[in-house]
Amino acid sequence: MFAETCFNEMYAPDGSVRPHYQAIAQWLTDTPQDRVQQMRQAAQMLFHRVGITFAVYGDDSGAERLIPFDILPHIIPIAEWRELQAGLRQRVRALNMFLHDVYHEREIIKAGRVPEAKIIGNAQYRAQMQGIGLPAGVYAHIAGVDLVRAGQGEYYVLEDNLRTPSGVSYMLEDRKMMMRLVPELFGCQQIEPIEHYPDLLLDMLRSVAPQGVHNPTVVLLTPGQYNSAYFEHAFLAQQMGIELVEGADLFVEDAVVYMRTTGGPQPVDVVYRRIDDEFLDPLAFRPDSMLGVPGLLQAYRAGSVTLANAIGAGIADDKSVYPYVPDMIRFYLGEEPIIANVPTYLLERADDLAYVLAHLDELVVKEAQGSGGYGMLIGPTASAREREAYRERILEAPHKFIAQPTLALSTCPTFVEQGVAPRHIDLRPFVLSGKDIVMVPGGLTRVALKEGSLVVNSSQGGGTKDTWVVG
Amino acid sequence: MLSRTANHLYWMARYVERAENTARILEVTYRMSLMPQAPELVTQEWFAPLNITGTLFPFTGRYSEVGAREVLRYMVLDQDNPSSIYSCAKAARENARAVRGSITSEMWEVLNSTWLELQRMNEARVDSAGIVQFFDWVKERSHLFRGATSGTALRDQAIQFNRLGTFLERADNTARILDVKYHVLLPKVEDVGGAVDYYQWAAVLQSVSGFESYRKVYRDVITPLRVAELMILREDMPRSLHACMAEAYNILRGIATSQSAEAVRLAGELHAGLHFNRIETIFSAGLHEYLTDFLTRTSTLGSEINRGFFTV
Repeated sequence: MFAETCFNEMYAPDGSVRPHYQAIAQWLTDTPQDRVQQMRQAAQMLFHRVGITFAVYGDDSGAERLIPFDILPHIIPIAEWRELQAGLRQRVRALNMFLHDVYHEREIIKAGRVPEAKIIGNAQYRAQMQGIGLPAGVYAHIAGVDLVRAGQGEYYVLEDNLRTPSGVSYMLEDRKMMMRLVPELFGCQQIEPIEHYPDLLLDMLRSVAPQGVHNPTVVLLTPGQYNSAYFEHAFLAQQMGIELVEGADLFVEDAVVYMRTTGGPQPVDVVYRRIDDEFLDPLAFRPDSMLGVPGLLQAYRAGSVTLANAIGAGIADDKSVYPYVPDMIRFYLGEEPIIANVPTYLLERADDLAYVLAHLDELVVKEAQGSGGYGMLIGPTASAREREAYRERILEAPHKFIAQPTLALSTCPTFVEQGVAPRHIDLRPFVLSGKDIVMVPGGLTRVALKEGSLVVNSSQGGGTKDTWVVG
Repeated sequence: MLSRTANHLYWMARYVERAENTARILEVTYRMSLMPQAPELVTQEWFAPLNITGTLFPFTGRYSEVGAREVLRYMVLDQDNPSSIYSCAKAARENARAVRGSITSEMWEVLNSTWLELQRMNEARVDSAGIVQFFDWVKERSHLFRGATSGTALRDQAIQFNRLGTFLERADNTARILDVKYHVLLPKVEDVGGAVDYYQWAAVLQSVSGFESYRKVYRDVITPLRVAELMILREDMPRSLHACMAEAYNILRGIATSQSAEAVRLAGELHAGLHFNRIETIFSAGLHEYLTDFLTRTSTLGSEINRGFFTV
């Protein structure tokens, strides 16, 4: 439906191959089809053997599934990446300043730039965090910012993931796989390396340890092996050489967190947690949580342990707060945003609501607090009945929804059943904030494998690609 | 290291070893069943693997007959039997998955691909390839896992818990394999010392890969006393009770804490008993009784290890 109008990453409108895709185009011409098929099969077998799988919620049969991997990379010229990198730095810095502000003086509310109701009434706001000082003032230590390209190729931020963004293990494994399958393509051009991500991550985590701790013990807290991202948790813990702990492995005594080891209790200084706020501490949040550590919040408030990301960081990546991010950048940094937001309608506003209801067939409507691509309406591809059903949901609680124009997302050539065809992609770079803000070039490219589909989430049948920043 | 991690590593190793030894137990039974004998005794052997693994009761609850086909089905691919080879491979893999960050990719890949392959198998495929080939495959995967472990894993505490699991399970399983002979009756009293008796002891030896070693050590015909001596008391025989307990005792001394002193003492006591015993003494009190007592003490040691290291 959008094939003729959207930006193609590889081909210019006149049909010529863009310069940064020359090498891969040549390789595609030179490599026999069956050889490429063999490679694709080899990749699948290897991923299975290594066990790079994820679990799909609500699906009993396929407990562990592979995320489809596409052998054709997403390529970004280095000059373009530098621009993106500056934009990501700027955005994540402003988001962290916003979080600090929200949980302290609330200058941005006093200045009338963000309505107070957006914060206080938000399910992601954590009153327990009010007034707590954090090392380096950082809340969102790891941010996964989803970028898309539309129109003539301009970039937009689709959403900021500031809670427990996942996918970085696929970024790293995809690169490993590509270097194994097509080493010749790495030899003939300058592809920026990304393999040092775990080192950057560990450095960052150690740098935000509580004050006075010299050789901090860092652990990764996972909900356990039935979590959909368990592979990634185990992978990152192993790559960083830190303990992968579950809630029951930790306990709190006198506001200090300890882990249970064969040699007795050992203090823990930094917890890279991959458990949502609500499950972290049954004493402070959901009392039925079996995943958390009783007393963790008390230790956290006492400043004896750092949590990454901080409790309450979700207030800044909430879809209803998203429209205010460009203004945050102006307010805190006095700069114009380098990467734009997607124009967004807030359905709690009467005129926005009226417009959206009149244009449901053109728009994407999402729950402000949903994630993972569940429960969204993609107007142009939905049936009339689906649109009507969704209209009723909106009218029940308009403030729970936002809407955006259907972006003609850029496409990248991708292997599908019928051969190579354009498929929509997005890009999730991982931005690390400690004393400084750092990232590896590129990120995780996700691809919607169904023709015309705009949903790239792995839980909805999306795949991944290696991402090359080439100089 | 984390107590939970240690626990998973220990059980991962135990399940790998148990899968291997279940293959060994079934193999020795299978070999014995191929020997010429009276038709009414043919199915008698198949009680042995059930008796020595303590699974006769759950088995008879599900199968009406005790025959080669039923016992093999139950102990090889039966998903509802927690001690089938299938279930052991699954449990080993699940324990490994829980601590993937603490084992090397090589170790993980052996367990994961074994599990993936096992899922593709069914009775027909095992039959067509041959059951003995299947047992060989199970043993090979176990060898491969130990090789990958010793070739890639850091020599830290993690590998000690892994090895502890291996040796404890192996001691238990070797004792059970040796006890097969007790459960497999000879056709007639005068057969004791006869050809069938000889072949049965040879099958026991082969099942612990001890046939060649026996020849090397004794340079003589196969006698029950010596087979038992080799498998119980010889410290240089890698699957003997003595060798396993020597390893377990050493490991435990290395990783002991104040809370696990009793585990060290129990292992030391078991080791000393094996170190200073004589096979004639064991036989005069009864081999089966000796093995039964050994299994009880090994099980107590297992509980003590659990209390001393995994429940902090």
